[in-house]
Amino acid sequence: MIIAFTTKGEDWDAVIDPRFGRTEFLVILDEESGKLEAFDNSGVSEHAHGAGPMTAQLIIEKNVQILITGNGAGGNAARVLEAAGIKSFTGAGDMTVKQAYEAYKNNKLN
Amino acid sequence: MKVAIASGKGGTGKTFLSTNLAAYMSESIPTVLIDLDVEEPNSGLFIKGELLYSEPAYKQCPDWDKQNCLMCGKCQSLCNYHAVIKVKDEIFVFPELCHSCYACSELCQTDSLPMKKKRIGSITHYKFNRLDYVEGRLDIGQEQAVPLISQTNDFPAKHLQNVISICDCPPGTACPAIESVKDADLVILTTEPTPFGLHDLKLIVKSLIILKKKFAVVVNKWGVGNDDVLKYCESKNITVVAKIPNDRRIAEEYSMGNLVYDNFGLFRTELDKIKNYILNSGGKK
Repeated sequence: MIIAFTTKGEDWDAVIDPRFGRTEFLVILDEESGKLEAFDNSGVSEHAHGAGPMTAQLIIEKNVQILITGNGAGGNAARVLEAAGIKSFTGAGDMTVKQAYEAYKNNKLN
Repeated sequence: MKVAIASGKGGTGKTFLSTNLAAYMSESIPTVLIDLDVEEPNSGLFIKGELLYSEPAYKQCPDWDKQNCLMCGKCQSLCNYHAVIKVKDEIFVFPELCHSCYACSELCQTDSLPMKKKRIGSITHYKFNRLDYVEGRLDIGQEQAVPLISQTNDFPAKHLQNVISICDCPPGTACPAIESVKDADLVILTTEPTPFGLHDLKLIVKSLIILKKKFAVVVNKWGVGNDDVLKYCESKNITVVAKIPNDRRIAEEYSMGNLVYDNFGLFRTELDKIKNYILNSGGKK
């Protein structure tokens, strides 16, 4: 599986950014290779509107299958993610990437 | 002649001044009051006129027709507002994000994104004694005020014959405020003599200088705060047309939805200065 985390940093110890559209970074884990890659998403701050669809677009481009975040995507982005078949898990708002990944594997996220 | 009543800061008295000034001026000159604060139009709380005419307002948005779509994704890459997104074999359009630029629609090779009109709000014309009142009102859930502000602003010129237009503008310096002052021959900036009032006044002054607009200041709630607004205006050579005294009785009348110019002599004197300033500036830029 390819899993995306919305984060405030770039590695396993980065804290999850509870926001979806306006997340500072996206950390993407390829479970197969174990590779963790970070993408700077701070460019969205220049956009007053449309941050959700913009971030969703990036996630789709990266062939993500699972999204782990804090509060969950808003209406526009949620529609896009659903159509792309990306499953969202929320409630990781105050965890690190490592903790959120553990919580996901133990079915502890919503 | 179009006069925009604007302000950097909210709550400095745009609606208070617009409604009283427009009603006062309409006694001697054919005047229309236009509420351009379409996200929260409230001049109508004070101008309780008779409804004459109302029409829906629309904006143009692309509507995906999948029949001939090649799924090339050009529309998605063209859209600066992420209003068109390609997901697998589907094109999503988010009308609330669309700025009606037509780029996706015009440049689509297969004409798969024809523009269709979408309702965004309404424009209503009321008559209150001799005053015409035109209100733009955005529908709940709509995110873009600018297209409706533009249409509301154009309405009186198409349908009414007035000498003076007084526009009650949205606060701030963002797109809605800029769109509202764009066509104005004169901008009256209401401010309050406080540090917040001054801070936001400076922002809108900067914007109006870039827009090359003729403007002047009215200080409202005169008596609170300090003299810094006056010092600033003096240093920048900005005319302070009037100083409306801070009076609890005015606030009480206003809070009940009443126009106050008839009952408060001091206020009426200031209003008269503003009226004369407008008439003497006669539409020159």
